[in-house]
Amino acid sequence: EFRRFSLERSKPGKFEEFYGLLQHVHKIPNVDVLVGYTDIHGDLLPINNDDNYHKAVSTANPLLRIFIQRKEDADYSAFGTDTMTRKKNVLSNVLRPDNHKKKPHIVISMPQDFRPVSSIIDVDILPETHRRVRLYKYGTDKPLGFYIRDGSSVRVTPHGLEKVPGIFISRLVPGGLAQSTGLLAVNDEVLEVNGIEVSGKSLDQVTDMMIANSRNLIITVRPANQRNNVVRNSRTSGSSGQSTESSLPSSTPNILANFLQGEEESDEEDIIIEDSGEPQQIPKAAPTSESLESLPQIELLHESTQNGFLPSSEMNLNHSAGSISMEYEVQDPDHKSLEEDGTIITL
Amino acid sequence: MRRFLRPGHDPVRERLKRDLFQFNKTVEHGFPHQPSALGYSPFLRLMAIGTRSGAIKLYGAPGVEFMGLHEENNTVMQIHFIPDQCQLVTLLDDNSLHLWSLKQHSGASELREEHRFTLKGPPGSPPSATQITAVLPHSSREVLYLGTESGNIFVVELPSFRVLEDRTITSEAALQRVPEDYCNRRSCELVEALREHPKNPDQILIGYSRGLIVLWDLQNSKVTHHFLGSQQLENLYWQRDGSKFISCHYDGSYTQWPVSSDNRQPEPLENLVPYGPFPCKAISRIYWQTTKNGLPYIIFQGGMPRASYGDRHSISVVHGSQQTAFDFTSRVIDFFIIFSSEPTAEFDDPSAMVVLAEEELVVIDLKTAGWPAVHPPYLASLHCSAITCSHHVSNIPLKLWERIISAGSKQNIHYSNMPWPIDGGTNIAPDPPQRDLLLTGHEDGTVRFWDASGVCLHLLYKLSTVRVFLTDADPNDNMNTLGEDEWPPLRKVGTFDPYSDDPRLGIQKIYLCKYSGYLAVAGTAGQVLVMELNDEDAEHVVDHAEADLLQDQEGYRWKGHEKLKTRDGPVRFEAGFQPFVLVQCQPPAVVTSLALHSEWKLVAFGTSHGFGLFDHQQKRLVFVKCTLHPSDQLALEGPLSRVKSLKKSLRQSFRRIRRSRVSSRKRRGGSGNASEVQEANAKFDQDALQEMELAPVQRKIEARSAEDSFTGFVRTLYFADTFLRDSSRHCPSLWAGTNGGTVYAFCLRVPPAERRMDEPVRAEQAKEIQLMHRAPVVGILVLDGRSTPLPEPLEVAHDLSKSPDMQGSHQLLVVSEEQFKVFTLPKVSSKLKLKLTALEGCRVRKVTVANFGSCKTDDYSENDLAVLTNLGDIQIISLPFLKLQIRYPCIRKEDVSGIASCVFTKYGQGFYLISPSEFERFSLSTKWLVEPRCIVDMPEVTSNNHVHSKSGMENAARKSSSGDYGEDDRKSERLMEHALLNDEKVLKEIQSTLEGGR
Repeated sequence: EFRRFSLERSKPGKFEEFYGLLQHVHKIPNVDVLVGYTDIHGDLLPINNDDNYHKAVSTANPLLRIFIQRKEDADYSAFGTDTMTRKKNVLSNVLRPDNHKKKPHIVISMPQDFRPVSSIIDVDILPETHRRVRLYKYGTDKPLGFYIRDGSSVRVTPHGLEKVPGIFISRLVPGGLAQSTGLLAVNDEVLEVNGIEVSGKSLDQVTDMMIANSRNLIITVRPANQRNNVVRNSRTSGSSGQSTESSLPSSTPNILANFLQGEEESDEEDIIIEDSGEPQQIPKAAPTSESLESLPQIELLHESTQNGFLPSSEMNLNHSAGSISMEYEVQDPDHKSLEEDGTIITL
Repeated sequence: MRRFLRPGHDPVRERLKRDLFQFNKTVEHGFPHQPSALGYSPFLRLMAIGTRSGAIKLYGAPGVEFMGLHEENNTVMQIHFIPDQCQLVTLLDDNSLHLWSLKQHSGASELREEHRFTLKGPPGSPPSATQITAVLPHSSREVLYLGTESGNIFVVELPSFRVLEDRTITSEAALQRVPEDYCNRRSCELVEALREHPKNPDQILIGYSRGLIVLWDLQNSKVTHHFLGSQQLENLYWQRDGSKFISCHYDGSYTQWPVSSDNRQPEPLENLVPYGPFPCKAISRIYWQTTKNGLPYIIFQGGMPRASYGDRHSISVVHGSQQTAFDFTSRVIDFFIIFSSEPTAEFDDPSAMVVLAEEELVVIDLKTAGWPAVHPPYLASLHCSAITCSHHVSNIPLKLWERIISAGSKQNIHYSNMPWPIDGGTNIAPDPPQRDLLLTGHEDGTVRFWDASGVCLHLLYKLSTVRVFLTDADPNDNMNTLGEDEWPPLRKVGTFDPYSDDPRLGIQKIYLCKYSGYLAVAGTAGQVLVMELNDEDAEHVVDHAEADLLQDQEGYRWKGHEKLKTRDGPVRFEAGFQPFVLVQCQPPAVVTSLALHSEWKLVAFGTSHGFGLFDHQQKRLVFVKCTLHPSDQLALEGPLSRVKSLKKSLRQSFRRIRRSRVSSRKRRGGSGNASEVQEANAKFDQDALQEMELAPVQRKIEARSAEDSFTGFVRTLYFADTFLRDSSRHCPSLWAGTNGGTVYAFCLRVPPAERRMDEPVRAEQAKEIQLMHRAPVVGILVLDGRSTPLPEPLEVAHDLSKSPDMQGSHQLLVVSEEQFKVFTLPKVSSKLKLKLTALEGCRVRKVTVANFGSCKTDDYSENDLAVLTNLGDIQIISLPFLKLQIRYPCIRKEDVSGIASCVFTKYGQGFYLISPSEFERFSLSTKWLVEPRCIVDMPEVTSNNHVHSKSGMENAARKSSSGDYGEDDRKSERLMEHALLNDEKVLKEIQSTLEGGR
């Protein structure tokens, strides 16, 4: 049965309220249901918390198609993105639950609170032999859980093949974040850490860089196992024609721009305790020249997300990773007023 | 506007940067690491020291110094100055000869390598045929005589190093007409010594190792005299008039031989074993100096009774009935005597003996009764006791400077008043712009005050904290008491004594207030001493206070070292800095940070457990704050002390080695058994290192958490008068930063001066900032309304600084090992940041605010941060915008102890240890540059250097020293690094523990 009703887009409210509304509209007040919606790619995605509810509302164009299933006979595997990725050969979503591989016999309940754990990003601008993995340490107790070592790899240079020193993943800790993502493996060569090339850097330097970036670690690797590489469709292969080892002069600035953007957005905030009061996030000071610079880039990011050129995951992660500091980060236009009324920063 | 300019694209700023910043390694202070050879030119009055890493350093009058480095980095075996020339020849252990000369270039003299040469024998000859054992630069300045292992003496022309084959003196020729029975017993002898006749340049004395000595006539190419020694020869020395010479031998004897025209095979005049009758060690070098009163000085190295004193490094001086055996604490490399060098003078009249020991330079005044030591103006042994920390204070007020010097002069009364005897060359460097002090803390609980204003790092005053404590000192292995025995007449000289009897005495932090003369020092066992400068000796009781940093934390047990026991009752202190209060941290862990505010009369100290504030006026503990994380067990167990005790046991075993070490016969002039042992050790270490490298190295990648070890370790303390609570009222505050990325701020209430003794100082925690990246906080700084760092205490009161801008809003700069962050005050909001580690993979090791003046305009100067990273790079970062200005590679990243020892000055210079005994001085500023600039007057040297006889000297047209002061462009030549000491592995270990490891 179908129902159609309207919501105020600018004030979607909380998921709890929405859930109640649905139950009310469908007159099933005591029935547990799963709520889902189709996103712009046609993927069926769940709605079960505030974040993805807001996301769903924001994608309504203008119609938001919502599917409701009774929890007892829900087909969990219908959710997720695998069906779509198989069709389109694009890894377009970050929200990959761990039961990504289709295992119909094991029923795993839908997670109630989504938080990204890892993602593959910048697929469209990297050579196919490389993989850029983002690990979200923030908010988990799970250790990152991997080790790196020195090693040597073979590069194509103007002088033919050359053996050059490189940094490799040497061990994954069972149960660690790195292992649980399945995106990193032993003997993968580390090429970049948060946009900075590691060539010419010592093991200790790379270690320090990774630890310094551990809250939001982006590692570009050349997987030891090249068989699971993403095969791109024609649309994206254009921008990454070169799949050699040489750096990508045209796309490098682009990569960095994305990175810095992501980094600034999701960067953790320090905490202050004043007069033995409650810990508070330290807010950003009134915009200086530096912080102003970043504003246009945010808009750019929104646009590109709409185009679907950049993986839409970029958007999600910004929201979720920065969720605690969202008051300051997302609502940039209101930034000043917030700071002035001082409700957030108690003294 | 500014925001549209990318950093590094502003041409005005770029030009300004060139006027402000410039990197130079300017001079090496201290004593050369592992010296291996000594040379002296009586003509130039310059001394040359060669090292095992291939460096040669020339020293003359204070401020006159030159440095050269052999490309090969091989051990310098011998140094010989060419007579009456500004040239010297070095022999390396790869058997190569190098000719160096001092030449004037743009108004100053420079040391340059001119030629190199390796003696080659005929094809098929063994390498020993050309292995050089003795070098004699002939007084004609045209040729070098090179004695070899084969016994042949080769003659090479200077400066071309062309071998004059027809003038070679073969051992066969020298052995002609030697009695059969003598000759048969001895074959294949190496040339041990070559000496030119002091009056007749056509005669040279050749000593072969098995004892044969011949006098060779160069004109007729034949032997004129045979001296049939029966003992293995060590060295030879002519008497001044050439009528006699003296030989010294392996069995500890020396022999006088007459030289006369009637007896071609004379018998020895006298054969003496000075420390007989029991078997003695070799006498490896001997001098015979004549005097007006007829009694000669016989000065010789070694010869001690083998069984009881075989381990002593001694030089004996015999003058008539006076005899003293100077006993050195380290191996004697070589020595020379300064005597009258006037060719017309009838007697030698020795004035001083200069001894190069392995760890120090000792000069003995031979003119003054009692032969006292002379205080050297340079080549100070920084490492008399191992350096544990350093602190630099710029621009010392004259008053304090004079008081420190006067305190120091009272300590130096046992030194001779003789002016420094090595006085060649002229120092033409401008006078140092200001008076700078470098304070070094040492393992034995002393603090040494060095005059670091100029090129010569000179010891002004030595402060010992030991008197405050009761130590179970074993009195120097009984060395001193043995030294008082009657025979041999040993006398201990020198200051080098690296063996601290209690490592807990070690000084870890120093803070000197140059305006008030208050000094705070803190040590390994949690002791914090506050001192005051007193010009008189005094006896008083040192007040004690305990600071329990664990407060009410229960269930912890400190497993590290005990605190030091203190002396009860009044203690006598000599003039100088005298402690008046001792604060003992509990647990007695090493003090990791220290700050003193002389205006508020407060001292703050921190350890791995927490920090405290002490009011040294009222002698009352104001508060303590425990920073320990409950799960941090390591901090309690005191692993640092475990490392220390390992070091201690190592030290003890070294001591045993030292005592039992029997230095055996020297080989090829200089390196004895001891150095062979060292070489073997070095090789062993190297092998071990290689093995370690083969093992797979991997690094764990893990975010830091609050539970990591040593998060409570207090890294930095800072006093500031700033707006901590509200923007209308500023107040004194204390800031502390920990290893876990936490910053604590305490609001202080200091009573006004008139009620200072009546009301207590109060403190209240006002803020606690947790950096989420949790990297260790290494620096905290408050910038005033003009973004200028707050002045030091009392700086404003002494009219030496503008008072800070208290109108505009203050900013807080927090420097962690990974990031620089600027926050606003009093409401903490983040304003700016610069990430270092995330982008470059390097970490901040040292950071200081430095003032940089422009070399172009006198009135422009700015404050920047000088930063040393763990990769050994120095970066300059602008304030308050945190923009990287410039980066220079400075220290090798493997040189962990060098990086750990680095100290910056307030005006953009710095020091770091290149060896345990040497500081390299560097400058980041175009304006403040202290480097040697000197001239050595020399005889005019003709273009081909072929100056005959003495004419060169007579015609010497002395160059005016007022040359043009052009920019000198030598830099790379004297840039050098030394290999790390073997035992620095221990230091590294301590370092990595201190730095929190990973």
